[in-house]
Amino acid sequence: MDIAIAALIILGALGLVFGVVLAVSSRIFRVEVDERVEKVYEALPGANCGGCGYPGCFAYAEALVEGSVKPDLCAPGGGDVARKIGEILGLDVGDTVTKYPIVRCQGSQARLSFEYDGIETCEAASILQGGFKECTTGCLGLGDCMRVCPAGAITMRIGIPEIDEGICISCGQCAQICPRNIIEMRPADQYVHVLCLNRDKGKAAKSACPSSCIACKKCEKECPFDAIHVIDNCAVIDYEKCKNCGKCVEACPMNVIINLRKERKSREKKKNEPEEVKEHENI
Amino acid sequence: MKTFKGGVHPPDSKELSKSEQITLVKAPEVVSIPVAQHIGAPSKPCVEKGDRVRMGQVIAEAAGFVSVPQHSSVSGTVKGIEPRPHIFGNKVPHIIIENDGSDEKTDEWGAEMELSTLDGDAIKNKIHSAGIVGMGGATFPTHVKLSPPPEFPIDSFILNGAECEPYLTCDYRLMLEKAEGILRGCEALMKGVSCSRGYIAVESNKPDCAAHFQELNTNENISIETLEVKYPQGAEKQLIYAILGRKVPAGGLPMQVHALVNNVGTAYAVYNAVYRSIPLIQRVVSVTGQGIVNPGNFLVRIGTSIDDILKRCGVTENANKLILGGPMMGLAQKTRELSVIKGTSGILVLEDAEPFESGPCIHCGRCVEACPMNLIPSDISLAVEAGREELYESVYALDCIECGCCAYTCPSKRPIVHQAKLAKSVIMKKRAEEKAKQEQKKGEEEEKKEEEGDKHPDSVDQEKE
Repeated sequence: MDIAIAALIILGALGLVFGVVLAVSSRIFRVEVDERVEKVYEALPGANCGGCGYPGCFAYAEALVEGSVKPDLCAPGGGDVARKIGEILGLDVGDTVTKYPIVRCQGSQARLSFEYDGIETCEAASILQGGFKECTTGCLGLGDCMRVCPAGAITMRIGIPEIDEGICISCGQCAQICPRNIIEMRPADQYVHVLCLNRDKGKAAKSACPSSCIACKKCEKECPFDAIHVIDNCAVIDYEKCKNCGKCVEACPMNVIINLRKERKSREKKKNEPEEVKEHENI
Repeated sequence: MKTFKGGVHPPDSKELSKSEQITLVKAPEVVSIPVAQHIGAPSKPCVEKGDRVRMGQVIAEAAGFVSVPQHSSVSGTVKGIEPRPHIFGNKVPHIIIENDGSDEKTDEWGAEMELSTLDGDAIKNKIHSAGIVGMGGATFPTHVKLSPPPEFPIDSFILNGAECEPYLTCDYRLMLEKAEGILRGCEALMKGVSCSRGYIAVESNKPDCAAHFQELNTNENISIETLEVKYPQGAEKQLIYAILGRKVPAGGLPMQVHALVNNVGTAYAVYNAVYRSIPLIQRVVSVTGQGIVNPGNFLVRIGTSIDDILKRCGVTENANKLILGGPMMGLAQKTRELSVIKGTSGILVLEDAEPFESGPCIHCGRCVEACPMNLIPSDISLAVEAGREELYESVYALDCIECGCCAYTCPSKRPIVHQAKLAKSVIMKKRAEEKAKQEQKKGEEEEKKEEEGDKHPDSVDQEKE
């Protein structure tokens, strides 16, 4: 019994001593943390995707408070988060729109110029003879973007990346890693896109890939807003003039222009009424 | 016998074209001359469609110091400048000239010169204006090589006649048939960098060349060195080590050990340019390989279609691989629609070439033994395989000379050279990005400073109001 009491006293005393030491040292050696860092960190989505160029959300928060970066670099957070950060730090953010990656190639059937049996990454393939596809601006389809995507939004079922915008967190890493710069980050309110970058003349482009822009200029003629032009044998949209009407999409004989309006609108609808649908599904 | 550590002994297969004399090929009806035939800035075309050009006339001017002019290899009419496939797989502007068959030469063509009347700068100028680049295949502009900074004076000049690449025999034939020109070209190059000691390096499997040089050489400052037969004996750094026993520091250049290496083909082109005022418009090309019916060595105009040459020599039925250069370091090509350029030392066609499957690294160390740069190729290979980009610099990927000894000797048939190339390109990309970032930062800071400077007088004005 005595032993038990002694043990209790000794342990209790030890605990007391250590407690006091810890309390005192935490006061003395306290690291001053800017409260705003914590606040900004909470405002960030916490995906740690690295899309902003910092190793994680906390590092970005620190850099923001330091004032060395702009608050609109967080792609997954988009405009809402940028505005929140702006409020915390007292910055004027302006309008920011969520951006989605657009794969500007549909060349899953493109002709190969030689048999490639080297390292299975796009970057490695692109340093040998400029890639194994006849089209020098076409997707090589070895999946560098798929591997880098932190959200798993990219699949390579048909030899070119398909991006599920419902899962995509808009970090932009796929656009950064693509050695041919085929993936571009585009604002969500731009629905019409030309999915080809081939600058060869019509005949050469068509022989290299069945889904290439052949510079026929039909889109140019159809466009009521003078927003699409064939420059260097490839259609280019001027987004300042484009009203997303989709007339060029219908006119294109090669189906290289797409309109994402329906897709995106229907997803937005679903997003706005998700609870009911989910419950229904569960039953 | 003198040599370096490492290396491999691939079957040399030179007997296919070794005994074929250099044959002059009739100039083709059309030549297409790319504006980028060298390392450095592509030349700027200075002729237009419809222009008449003479043989040896400048058709594209040098763009900057590390660049050379291009000359017309025939006389005739410029048909246009259009992008065509190039050896690196991209499309490059080619100047297309229709040959009128008269070979009408420029006025300067063939003006005889004595070396004693020229000083170093005059020699360099002549070499530059003749458009001479490294003809062993690297195509580095020769006048740049001859202009080292004053802190690195050159005391040893090495002429590379090793021709260690299997199959190729163009240098061998050139040394046998044009030895006099090579020796005089060597003297001109030595005078160009004011260097007193010259060496001509020949592998011991070409004793006839060494004996021929020995016989003709009257200059006691030039000595003929016989080296062990081993690949890559003709690589710049390995050659310097074998002959002079000096090691070029990692990431450094031969001039840092006061040495300079040039190919024998380059020396012959220099002879033509300096003594005879003939620009570089033709070169010797070995057309060889099991896939060629009539292999040989040919003197070909720059801009001749490779397809034409292959048709002339005949290609066997089972031929399925075209390589420009030797089998170890040459570039496999996807099309025949290419032109002979200044760096085309060989056109190699192989039969029944098969893709191979690579396996995991078994850490046998054969690549380490073979690497002539004393690197650990397996480390580079494994780092790239694992995608560990932060390790690329610490495994010295940048020092790799891409000779291919590692991949040749690897029992797992791993694509080590490809992996090293990838590592190099990643490092270079990262460095370029960092540089751009730093410059951007600098620019921003300067802008800030300017803004502050602007603000100051404004506020003073306000105070006045």
